[in-house]
Amino acid sequence: MAKAAAKTAHDGPLLDIRNLKIEATVYPPGEEPKQVTIVHGVSLTLQKGKVLGLIGESGAGKSTIGLSSMAYGRGGVKITGGEVILNGRDILKGGAKGVRALRGREVCYVAQSAAAAFNPAHRLMDQVVEAALEHGTGKRAELEKRAVALFRKLSLPNPETIGERYPHQVSGGQLQRVMTAMALCSEPDLIVFDEPTTALDVTTQIDVLAAIKDAIRDTGVAALYITHDLAVVAQVSDEIMVLRHGRLVEWGGTRQIIKEPRQEYTNALVSVHHIEHAEKTPTTAPVLSVKNVTASYGGGEVKVLKNVSVDIHPGQTLAVVGESGSGKSTLARAITGLLPPQEGSITFAGRTLSNALKDRTKNDLRELQMIYQMADVAMNPRQTVGTIIGRPLEFYFNMRGRERDQRIAELLEKIEMGKGFVDRYPAELSGGQKQRVCIARALAAKPKLIICDEVTSALDPLVANGILKLLLALQAEEDVAYMFITHDLATVKAIADSIAVMYRGEVVRYGPKSQVLTPPFDAYTDLLLSSVPEMELGWLEKAIAGRRMAAAGN
Amino acid sequence: MLDIKRIPTGAWIGLLVTGVFLICAVFAPWLAPHGNAEIVGGVWEPMSSTHLLGTDNIGRDLLSRMIYGARITIFIAVLATALSFSLGAILGFTAAVVGGWFDTGMSRLVDLLMSIPTLIFGLVVLSVLPSNVVTLILVMGVLDSTRVYRLSRAVAVDINVMDFVEAAKLRGEGMVWIIFREILPNALSPLISELGLRFIYAVLFLSALSFLGLGVQPPNADWGGMVKENKDGIVFGIPAALIPAAAIALLAISVNLVADWILNRTTDLKGGRGNG
Repeated sequence: MAKAAAKTAHDGPLLDIRNLKIEATVYPPGEEPKQVTIVHGVSLTLQKGKVLGLIGESGAGKSTIGLSSMAYGRGGVKITGGEVILNGRDILKGGAKGVRALRGREVCYVAQSAAAAFNPAHRLMDQVVEAALEHGTGKRAELEKRAVALFRKLSLPNPETIGERYPHQVSGGQLQRVMTAMALCSEPDLIVFDEPTTALDVTTQIDVLAAIKDAIRDTGVAALYITHDLAVVAQVSDEIMVLRHGRLVEWGGTRQIIKEPRQEYTNALVSVHHIEHAEKTPTTAPVLSVKNVTASYGGGEVKVLKNVSVDIHPGQTLAVVGESGSGKSTLARAITGLLPPQEGSITFAGRTLSNALKDRTKNDLRELQMIYQMADVAMNPRQTVGTIIGRPLEFYFNMRGRERDQRIAELLEKIEMGKGFVDRYPAELSGGQKQRVCIARALAAKPKLIICDEVTSALDPLVANGILKLLLALQAEEDVAYMFITHDLATVKAIADSIAVMYRGEVVRYGPKSQVLTPPFDAYTDLLLSSVPEMELGWLEKAIAGRRMAAAGN
Repeated sequence: MLDIKRIPTGAWIGLLVTGVFLICAVFAPWLAPHGNAEIVGGVWEPMSSTHLLGTDNIGRDLLSRMIYGARITIFIAVLATALSFSLGAILGFTAAVVGGWFDTGMSRLVDLLMSIPTLIFGLVVLSVLPSNVVTLILVMGVLDSTRVYRLSRAVAVDINVMDFVEAAKLRGEGMVWIIFREILPNALSPLISELGLRFIYAVLFLSALSFLGLGVQPPNADWGGMVKENKDGIVFGIPAALIPAAAIALLAISVNLVADWILNRTTDLKGGRGNG
């Protein structure tokens, strides 16, 4: 129809971005507001049916560039220069009407958090066909049939009826695939995927990734795939563009970027996970010993921990791995006393800890600290860094005035941040800095054990790497033990001394690192290990073919 | 911290007008040209150089009455609002943090109080108790605190489940720290916007009570009472009743301009440094 005519009328590249320049106003602390450039004249071209991966750290401008292909600038961001040519016309000059005709028809968008991007009050089917219906590309019945076919192609369970459900009735991985179906439903020429698998478990990510890849291949749509995970992008894209600080670092075929990176920065991204850490042997006196702990929510109704026993040795790291819902965070809550266990005992530094938080002594609390996944919400946004780090010093050691300030400066030094940060609020820190401040807060108490709950999973790989190195250095310095909760096996390999693999509330495999990571594996450990994306072409197909069990939460 | 150059125009106007009202209230005996109950002329004399706003229904100088009225109105409204906010916010936060039976008990009690129309409840209580300023403030404060309680409990329940509150609990912090240092600073924004509104409701509630004869007792009068005294003049085209009414409106607007500005500063997570 009209669209088909537009397609044939033009034979240059599908998307041609030339010298794109994007600016925003920022408010630095203690200075006048100023205009900063987020993207400095980036150019790219994308042919029909090809996939281009945009990769870089947070703030590299990858999402901003991706969104510019639909002439959109997020919150206060303005496109101030360059051209975005889609299907042969500059969409920046189209005005509001041109943009309206474009979005949801020629270009569609798949957001990072599907749970936040769906309207919880409408059924999935209504949302999937909405854009196509608005653009008048077909009758409702016809579009719904197309949607069901897409659900089937994306291997969603019950493709005929899943559209009847509301967003909260399907899992995160399914919702992400429904969103992909939504993008494909109006048969666009280009889809922008903005970190579509970042919020998912590894075991689920692999299914979503395979589904997206098949759908792209079968429909012949072009895609911009935005992510910070090079191993993921290597599986789906034809070309990769590495970005940093809003500038192009390197642009080339997928094979060239991951096998023969020409730039130093790309090389750093490719080899990011290598941290040298010699495994320590277990001692005879563990600092924390969890014995046969069973815990449940809702007064014994739902058992989330079943007979769990693990030991943590002084100055060593126990990694607890498993997917969402496996009970790893609950184990941390049981140890800290937030969720008193029903059965079993916890021994810490030779004393038996009382089950409930309120019965524990100040010393028990001090020696057992916790670092959270989301550093954003783990710090009171109304307190300065000085107050956040200083409070444990006041509270546990009764330090005041200059003594306290000096110790704060020392701690800031330890986490590799300067003195200038004392008066900053959390909103004025970057993600990595926030997590460092949380580490300093935990260290301020001089603990024997720190529970790290997914501390690096919200961070960019390079930043996460820095945090892991810092944690290891601090462990050597302060002889503190870590219980490291994570779903990222690369992290585990890098820092653990012993590993506990959890599945549905039980420890399915436990022992020193070398032993746990040596075959033969049980079915679940095998699934976990085989789901970690590897930076290798064709890994995805191999992994899917070789799997022995399906992920629980797909 | 406070940079005078950064205060927006709206806030300046609010600060200025509120300031004038406050000065009138504090220095009333020195500012007023005549005494509060002093009869100085005829009934409803028009505005003139001797009586700038004219005289009221029994020949008292209206300007002097307005200035004394500002004192009574603002004094009672400020104290009643302060009482309702400290009571409502502290109990609301405590209910959210403690939870369990305390929360249930307090919330049902508040529901009970709210199920009775405020004005009727106030009338019943005030007609039994001795009619003086202290009982008036207590009754107004307690009745209004139910609204503040519900708001602060709702806000605090959300904040109470944040990781930073959990971190404070794991540290072993007591309830006072959690309520005043962790929750209160994060709940300030909705509370301040409510404060601007509640203050004006207090002024209006006081007027209503005075209108019904249970509020401020003659010869003293708050602005609401003065509207009542002079309402009959409107029929004869005499503006004496409109002047206290306009004063109430002006106070309402100026207080809310200031509240909005403070609100703007408290919602900012960078210590007010990002605001133009």
